[in-house]
Amino acid sequence: MKVKMLSRNPDNYVRETKLDLQRVPRNYDPTLHPFEVPREYIRALNATKLERVFAKPFLASLDGHRDGVNCLAKHPKSLATVLSGACDGEVKIWNLTNRKCIRTIQAHEGFVRGICTRFCGTSFFTVGDDKTVKQWKMDGPSYGEVEEPLHTILGKTVYTGIDHHWKDPAFATCGQQVDIWDEQRTNPICSMTWGFDSINSVKFNPIETFILGSCASDRNIVLYDMRQATPLKKVILDMRTNTICWNPMEAFIFTAANEDYNLYTFDMRALDTPVKVHMDHVSAVLDVDYCPTGKEFVSASFDKSIRIFPVNKSRSREVYHTKRMQHVICVRWTADSKYIMCGSDEMNIRLWKANASEKLGVLASRERAAQDYNQKLKEKFQHHPQIKRIARHRHLPKSIYSQIQEQRIMREARRRKELNRRKHSKPGSVPVVEERKKHVVAVVK
Amino acid sequence: METVPRPGKGVPLKKDKLQAKRKKPRRYWEEETAPTAAGASPGPPRKKKKNLELRRQKLKNAHNSKKSWSSKKSQVTKKSREQRRPREQKNLREQKKPGSQQSLSGAQDPFPGPAPVPVQKARKFCRIDKSKKLPHSLPKTQSKLEVAEALEEEISIKAARSELLLAEEPGFLEGDDGEDTAKIRQADIVEAVDIASAAKHFDLNLRQFGPYRLDYSRTGRHMTFAGRRGHVAALDWVTKKLMCEINVMEAVRDIRFLHSEALLAVAQNRWLHIYDNQGIELHCVRRCDRVTRLEFLPFHFLLTTASETGFLTYLDVSVGKIVAALNARAGRLNVMAQNPYNAVIHLGHSNGTVSLWSPSVQEPLAKILCHRGGVQAVAVDSTGTLALNCVPQGGLRLMAILLPQPPKCWDHRYMATSGLDHQLKVFDLRGTYQPLSARTLPLGAGHLAFSQRGLLAAGMGDVVNIWTGQGKATLPALERPYLTHRLAGPVHGLQFCPFEDVLGVGHSGGITSMLVPGAAEPNFDGLESNPYRSRKQRQEWEVKALLEKVPAELICLNPRALAEVDVISLEQRKKERMERLGYDPEAKAPFQPKPKRKGRSSTGSMVKRKKKVLEQEHRDKVRQSLEEQQKQQKQQKAKPTGVQPSALDRFVR
Repeated sequence: MKVKMLSRNPDNYVRETKLDLQRVPRNYDPTLHPFEVPREYIRALNATKLERVFAKPFLASLDGHRDGVNCLAKHPKSLATVLSGACDGEVKIWNLTNRKCIRTIQAHEGFVRGICTRFCGTSFFTVGDDKTVKQWKMDGPSYGEVEEPLHTILGKTVYTGIDHHWKDPAFATCGQQVDIWDEQRTNPICSMTWGFDSINSVKFNPIETFILGSCASDRNIVLYDMRQATPLKKVILDMRTNTICWNPMEAFIFTAANEDYNLYTFDMRALDTPVKVHMDHVSAVLDVDYCPTGKEFVSASFDKSIRIFPVNKSRSREVYHTKRMQHVICVRWTADSKYIMCGSDEMNIRLWKANASEKLGVLASRERAAQDYNQKLKEKFQHHPQIKRIARHRHLPKSIYSQIQEQRIMREARRRKELNRRKHSKPGSVPVVEERKKHVVAVVK
Repeated sequence: METVPRPGKGVPLKKDKLQAKRKKPRRYWEEETAPTAAGASPGPPRKKKKNLELRRQKLKNAHNSKKSWSSKKSQVTKKSREQRRPREQKNLREQKKPGSQQSLSGAQDPFPGPAPVPVQKARKFCRIDKSKKLPHSLPKTQSKLEVAEALEEEISIKAARSELLLAEEPGFLEGDDGEDTAKIRQADIVEAVDIASAAKHFDLNLRQFGPYRLDYSRTGRHMTFAGRRGHVAALDWVTKKLMCEINVMEAVRDIRFLHSEALLAVAQNRWLHIYDNQGIELHCVRRCDRVTRLEFLPFHFLLTTASETGFLTYLDVSVGKIVAALNARAGRLNVMAQNPYNAVIHLGHSNGTVSLWSPSVQEPLAKILCHRGGVQAVAVDSTGTLALNCVPQGGLRLMAILLPQPPKCWDHRYMATSGLDHQLKVFDLRGTYQPLSARTLPLGAGHLAFSQRGLLAAGMGDVVNIWTGQGKATLPALERPYLTHRLAGPVHGLQFCPFEDVLGVGHSGGITSMLVPGAAEPNFDGLESNPYRSRKQRQEWEVKALLEKVPAELICLNPRALAEVDVISLEQRKKERMERLGYDPEAKAPFQPKPKRKGRSSTGSMVKRKKKVLEQEHRDKVRQSLEEQQKQQKQQKAKPTGVQPSALDRFVR
């Protein structure tokens, strides 16, 4: 007779001293882990609920401006530095780590219309209502020195926006026309115009650095190549575009923030149909900025909220608002892709987390592993109705909520009318038009 | 330069008696040499015939091990639908061939690449059925599905590889040549094994309050038992430390641990009572009266009671609410078992049927006619595959099938039943509900229990018989028992201890703890049920278990249904959307030929091109529908030849 009984040595399963971690032997045999799917589902449900519980995105409010914040700029080299320009011509430089203003400059008379940093981070440019472009040093004046711009260019017309080239010492301003300047000269190297209306903003492409885009009050978005003397092409939309932002990862993609409450993501090569129409705002969209990963962007709107959209989704994944935040004029996503800053009418700059429920600070490895596991579970079960409902739920202020309802009714009425028209007319005479194609009026080359 | 001896060459050939007795430890680089290794063995009866087979296998394995490991890798992935993913890996492997890769010191890596994984082992962990075709879907979804599938495969291989780390090997009992293991007495086993194991065999002589029912806690560390005449006790049976001993002064019909060893549910004459491990009565549940049998569903925190009045009640012990009370409409219920795979309750009835219940459905999910007389006992094996009952006269009819075919990877699912017809039957629970084997017993089994590794124990009068199969969770061969044992009185309760090779038997003379080598799963999972857990670990486990309590509504025959696509509601939603929009948004746009340049695009040619495409599409459609028709016809023709018409066919609807 040969016999072997299962006989474990407890020393192999119990920790030796109190200071050790407990031993946890694992066996992944599926029969020892029954109800795998229902248990994972419940875990995913719990994780989703916890995500909502911990969703506290608001971090800080930077106050100090004495008028509405009109423009924001990130520092290209330092994560903690932010520049802001206000409607009273004041420019403030902030330190985000201690949430303090480190410098204040009375830069212009009237609005500061635009602000941008040089790619090296040693100086920045501002344009204002006083028809000047000024270049400032990033560091403050030393003791006894007077605060003065490095250079000042006096223009003939008001400048409404400015952007710096990503590699070369050149910058572009807009106003009546798009001007491209060399830093060393007081006259633009080239001026481009197409139509007669004023141009709201101009943006350089961060990858194809010679390409710029601008948007004007006559409802069009115009693309330029710096190396050519004439614009490339333009697309005319239903309503005016306030600003555009290039995708930092895909050279040919840009997103336009429009007055008709929508954002449009365009492929530069095919402007006749936007790649995606992003709709969720209930008032004009004033500013847009991409996440450095190029997967998401944030938009600021006149409806007193900011929203985060995934690039390939037409609905927003997140909406941020507070009781005191008024019309949001400008918004920026920080270069580490973790935070969002927005400047609004009521003189404050607010700092938000990009992921509302993210835990800040250093995570222990086990904590990180648990978070990753929960994230994966949420992904796996995201389409289950219960989990989807919880994950999508957001509290909205009454004004936005009622406007959403109202607009839904309007949209529904329009759709019903179209459906009836189609029913009662000759087949094919009322074609079905895609939402994407509805808003583009024309493309001109 | 020193080189590490290559595996297989330098294995010492020493063979003394000690080594022969102990199993030769398997090196991690060696192929599996015998079925006793890790997952492949129930161990016990190994006859000469099998040895021949084994040798053949060994040869085969040896042959395998000679092959380069990259070919082995391809064996693992052979089953994969597409070889797209492994290709990269293979290239990597090829670079790492023994000769080509040399370290800085010039020494060769004797075991290049990751450890090989046998296909069979990887399949155990595979959760998707590769033989099924992926549903037709949009290219984006398709690629996502493919990625998910590849990931799944990788995970299963990784899990299989981690089996090497399992520390313990299962026990076994083998007779010498011609020796029948059933003749081996407990005393012989106790003599042969080490002291620690021998201490696991004990008898409690409790003649005053018997017969006894007993239950082990989920970790296998604690035991509780209750005598018919009111004696209730709980103890740590490994250290023999008594936790409590009381007399409830009332007839006790059944006893169960709740989720941890701190709480006991006792079915007393009138009501159900809950005690803690000090013997303090915590609750008296008057809504559960005249309870005959108790079951606890640990992942749902449901205590199921079957009563004399014919009600099956589900009590949620975490909140103290009754979740469902189902009327089985079959008279007194005194046979109950739970299916650990899907938490479905199996009730045995006096008319020979076994009915399957879920709290969310008022009717039984399925009814199986198992025996010609009343069902005496039911048990379902730990993979949820097999249940048995004994009935007076044999005969089986399928009355309803609601279970979808579960994936093949969860291989065995048995139910054993015994009835008043003295039959013992093993049923397949994977959708067919057919008896796999049956046997007439001289007395008929009154109690049945499955061990973690698929051993089947039956209590017949004062004798306990144990049968075993060919490996873990295989069908027990009912021809000859693996072990038998005679007790001091008729058996009244029977349960295998989890994670220990021990069978607890309650009888009229007290409690007997029997040694059954090879019964239990040797390697427990520390996060699931850890016999060595500390108080802190238990507390944490309890909180986590409560957090992920599975709701009672999710109990159904296929527990993986939640991970499948809900096609019905998907189609319904699609239809609704189409109605709302007034057109099908996903419809394929009709073909519109593109105008060609340089004057080649006349209206005539455009129309021609359009027509050509349309006709092609039409032809394809016709061809497809024809093929489908032919298939259906073939199936219809094939049916009568394949299956012998049976008299029972008239009952099949």
